[in-house]
Amino acid sequence: MSNEQQIIDSRLKADYEYGFVTDIESETLPPGLDKNIIRTISAKKEEPEWLLEWRLKAYRHWLNMEEPQWANVTYPKIDYQAISYFSQPKKKELSSLDEVDPDLLATYDKLGIPLEEQKMLSGVAVDAVFDSVSVATTFKEELKKAGVIFCSFSEAVKNHPGLIKKYLGSVVPYTDNYFATMNSAVFSDGSFVYIPKGVRCPMELSTYFRINEAKTGQFERTLIIADEGSHVSYLEGCTAPMRDENQLHAAVVELVAHRDATIKYSTVQNWYPGHPETGAGGIYNFVTKRGTCLEENSRISWTQVETGSAITWKYPSCILKGDNSVGEFYSVAVTNNFQQADTGTKMIHMGKNTKSTIISKGISAGKGQQTYRGGVKIMKGAENARNFSQCDSILIGDKCGAHTFPYIDVRNPSAQMEHEATTSNIGDDQLFYCNQRGISTENAVSLIVNGFCKEVFNELPMEFAVEATKLMEVSLEGSVG
Amino acid sequence: MMLEIKNLYAGVDDKQILKGINLAIMPGEMHTIMGRNGSGKSTLANVITGREGYAVIKGDILFNGESILDWSPEDRALTGIFMSFQYPVVIPGVNNTYFLKAALNAKRKHKDEKELDAADFLKLIKSKLAEMDMDANYLQRGVNEGFSGGEKKRNEILQMLTLEPALSVLDETDSGLDIDALKIVAEGVNKYRSPKRSFLVITHYQRLLNYIEPDFVHVLIDGQIVKSGGKDLAVDLEEKGYSWLGA
Repeated sequence: MSNEQQIIDSRLKADYEYGFVTDIESETLPPGLDKNIIRTISAKKEEPEWLLEWRLKAYRHWLNMEEPQWANVTYPKIDYQAISYFSQPKKKELSSLDEVDPDLLATYDKLGIPLEEQKMLSGVAVDAVFDSVSVATTFKEELKKAGVIFCSFSEAVKNHPGLIKKYLGSVVPYTDNYFATMNSAVFSDGSFVYIPKGVRCPMELSTYFRINEAKTGQFERTLIIADEGSHVSYLEGCTAPMRDENQLHAAVVELVAHRDATIKYSTVQNWYPGHPETGAGGIYNFVTKRGTCLEENSRISWTQVETGSAITWKYPSCILKGDNSVGEFYSVAVTNNFQQADTGTKMIHMGKNTKSTIISKGISAGKGQQTYRGGVKIMKGAENARNFSQCDSILIGDKCGAHTFPYIDVRNPSAQMEHEATTSNIGDDQLFYCNQRGISTENAVSLIVNGFCKEVFNELPMEFAVEATKLMEVSLEGSVG
Repeated sequence: MMLEIKNLYAGVDDKQILKGINLAIMPGEMHTIMGRNGSGKSTLANVITGREGYAVIKGDILFNGESILDWSPEDRALTGIFMSFQYPVVIPGVNNTYFLKAALNAKRKHKDEKELDAADFLKLIKSKLAEMDMDANYLQRGVNEGFSGGEKKRNEILQMLTLEPALSVLDETDSGLDIDALKIVAEGVNKYRSPKRSFLVITHYQRLLNYIEPDFVHVLIDGQIVKSGGKDLAVDLEEKGYSWLGA
């Protein structure tokens, strides 16, 4: 055992000197990030030694990294020592909904996520993450029959350590970037999905995230593995209540698609965007999402509807390793009032005949600023790679902005690249045309915006498409007239 | 009286364009406004329908006896004023079915009538499509998206037939139409004429008037109606031009 390890062990055995901040509803670690905090998180989750080691490696790496400055967003400097890195509701590991804190259930109700109803009506299995710990998981039995593993990340660490060890960090290594590295050190919980060979997952898998505790960063970690010939559609939805202080959210999502497998990952993101008149208190959403099409004929499709957060920094990407693999990115992003978003995708073509499609729709209103940043890279060995990119922006009002930065790097002459980009205003003439037919301005805006987003909404599962349409209306309320 | 325009002065950006218009349209009447480019024809249509940016300086517009100057464009539309646009607007991704159903149901709601469901609406719109000799694939296309000039104008008339306004303002509906499209549009208008419905047809040329017969023709020059008469006036204009009227 190394000297350092001995020190770590001794510290781990010692009583944690700061103790927990515990109120009636939840347990929260004091603010700050150091090795002790990481050890405490790992110990509380009863993690194996190797995982703690992995976290600590990430932490040591993070200490030497610089926060990225290249994104087209501005925000006050984040004090990483003022953030608490772990929080969990007091009760945990419940076997039925009856045991869930009624207040918690009431909160879900307010968010329109009644677990019971969802169980009975929609056939969607829900792994609900409230703050950092999963408190309810449904539909386990049906999924079990199909051989699908769908559980919280912590459970997976306990019950499926082999899979976690094999795939954790295989797509987003702990050295990847500032926020992903921080996540690797302190990630709290998240979801784990494994679809075995040849299985078509019998239902849409869905997780609702929600930030509860003030000043508590959320560090979700999600890992989805689709084995040979399997198929899965995963829905992620976020919503957060009013806040006065900025909250940091740095999640990591890793997807792995084996031969002939398909992963469809859909997100509706509606974190608190900040006070509409001052911009205060919104969520900082710094997310790393990446998928690898590891083998032939695999397919990964990202669909996102981003309406929330004060700042969004997010580039769901695909690494197309397998021959004939396909990567897709469909995105609608809304920035209203003081929101800023720098979002897009990366498509890395490595295999032969790989194909990628990028459809990005940006909507800016109020003083919102939005940047599309996309990278398409065709590597030397990627014969006959094809990419189609389309980036459209719509502006509502004259105080918002839209920016497009497409990066294209082609190292194989057989590549076919297409890029289209448009920027337009919601024209007064369009609004008047609708008004003249008796359609109110508010309805006209939502009609025009929904038409603009149609290609992306078409990619969403039905229930999400409805939710997304409503979300657009709420997000753009009062932006015209 | 359906529409009464009283001593109307109006303009855009401090520029006075209409200089004392008086016009009275009774139910069932078709009036035509003719004039050269820049005479104020389209301004008149935009002022009647309440388009932003057009300011009324003096005078009044009454619809069914009520002043509508303070009304929003959608309230004017819901009360029964329709404009066929000179340049119909494209709304990408919003299909015609959805758009027209939203418009019709807004109107029905305004009249306290039950909103039409998808099936009833489809039945209605299909019969209107047949009247305008339009293909059913129209329903799936975006509003005016990829439409030819003729298709756009036909779409305007189709919307009129569906929304059933009391007053239809047709702004240069004949421009950009080939002869076949012109006939279909005119036929649509003629079928729609009734003792309760009125028209204000704005046009540059007399040729539309070969197919629809106005009750009155007014000549607009420099923001004023300089001459009014029956349909023969249009024929005179075609032969002699506008200059003999002193412009």
